[in-house]
Amino acid sequence: MKRYSIFSLAAGALTRHRRWEPAWRTAQPRKAYDIVIVGAGGQGLATAYYLAKKHGVRNVAVLEKGYLGSGNTGRNTQVTRSNYYWPESAAFFDLSLKLWEGLSTELNFNIQLSQRGILTLAHSHHELDALQRWANAIQVNEVDSLVLSPEDIKRRVPLLRLDGRYPVHGGFIQPRGGTSRHDAVAWGYARGASALGVDIIQQCEVTGLAMQGDRVTGVETSRGPIGAGKVMLAVAGHTSVLAAMAGLRLPVVSMTLQAYVSEPIKPCLDTILLSPVVHMYLSQSDRGEIVFGGGADAYPSYSQRGGVPVLQDTIAAMIELFPAFSRLRLMRQWGGIVDITPDTTPLMGPTSVENLYISGGWGTGGYKAIPAGGDTMAYTLVHGAPHPLIKAFGLDRFARGALIDEGAASGVAH
Amino acid sequence: MLQIPCPWCGVRDEDEYRCGGQSHIARPALDSSDEVWSDYLFNKDNPKGVHYERWLHVFGCGRWFNIARHTVTHEILAVYRMGDPKPTVEGGAP
Repeated sequence: MKRYSIFSLAAGALTRHRRWEPAWRTAQPRKAYDIVIVGAGGQGLATAYYLAKKHGVRNVAVLEKGYLGSGNTGRNTQVTRSNYYWPESAAFFDLSLKLWEGLSTELNFNIQLSQRGILTLAHSHHELDALQRWANAIQVNEVDSLVLSPEDIKRRVPLLRLDGRYPVHGGFIQPRGGTSRHDAVAWGYARGASALGVDIIQQCEVTGLAMQGDRVTGVETSRGPIGAGKVMLAVAGHTSVLAAMAGLRLPVVSMTLQAYVSEPIKPCLDTILLSPVVHMYLSQSDRGEIVFGGGADAYPSYSQRGGVPVLQDTIAAMIELFPAFSRLRLMRQWGGIVDITPDTTPLMGPTSVENLYISGGWGTGGYKAIPAGGDTMAYTLVHGAPHPLIKAFGLDRFARGALIDEGAASGVAH
Repeated sequence: MLQIPCPWCGVRDEDEYRCGGQSHIARPALDSSDEVWSDYLFNKDNPKGVHYERWLHVFGCGRWFNIARHTVTHEILAVYRMGDPKPTVEGGAP
């Protein structure tokens, strides 16, 4: 792998940028691999990268039905944070945030992490009480959080309307929260994994799982059968569909989550702002666009489009809080299919089918978990048992009644 | 905007309704194991295709009913009352 640096950039400029190598190899599927990962999104690619980097397991393939990062990894709104309520969630997501903080160096790829803080608003006295409890729980989890007065918020976000239909009573901020460049995360992990020997195979759809009794032995794909010692599913909204190929029913409902981008404007918003009650959050991208989103469409769906009612509600909430943005033109709208669990906590680890592993149930918040999800699932695949940090996220928690009811998981209710 | 035909009120916009999730889930016997109860409470079919589901006309007549809907195209293939048997729908497993 050719390292990127100021010198490689200068050399590239001197040769008119004609000599850049592709960031990852174009691999053809082999007959069998030690580990086959289904889904070349952030979770799948990060798992492959850490398998090769930390555990020396390089006979690994990542299969992708479309192109790399074309699912939720390239569709989310790029928020990273660890402001969770329960200790199990906080430990996992804060490991993730710590990995994010060193990720550009680790991958030698600029993922453009910008820790501009994530600010959550309260619109009533009672909501402020609940947010203070949440902010305190975060501090007890040894994660940064800070309660803010309406005056503090006005200073940080001058365009925000504090006395409108949704009066601002206060809020709290996680200063280490931020945004990054989602495509760069997929590309960076793919480049790193490929250089270590992982085969990334695009345009290769998994159509079935090869089973021997109660054991997975490989996958059937649109490019022929591929044998596998172990198979990991990292397919977000299609988790139920792939698990059904092994006869598994999961506690998952797939729904459409939309996102929106306005035309670019001058810098006017230097934090991520989120209002759980009115179902709206927004940030400004480096290109100047206002990136915003809201709740999921309220019925099961495998459509990557999204419906009009949620779009109307989200825009109405945004304009009420930021009257100045009513003049903006909406540039793009899209949807991704998210796999939501009953407790909005992920499903990670082994399944009841031997050699079949799941990294799913990421719902509306899997992007921030990419580094820790990859790190812990790589450990889990190698050891055949869950990493200590994800033990509580296993499929067995439902029969035991040990749900981790994480209201903070999505920041807004879905 | 989905146009959903309520069996009592006729066709209305989707935002008059609330989706109640998968239909036809049978409650297990009281002495069932934790695994069976867990399956009943949490596991879902979640198909990519025809989904049999309950809807509530919350801002209309306030009554529940069932529909069969395709989860990719959102096409509504059948509307039937609570308690009616699951209809067989073209393009989906019964």
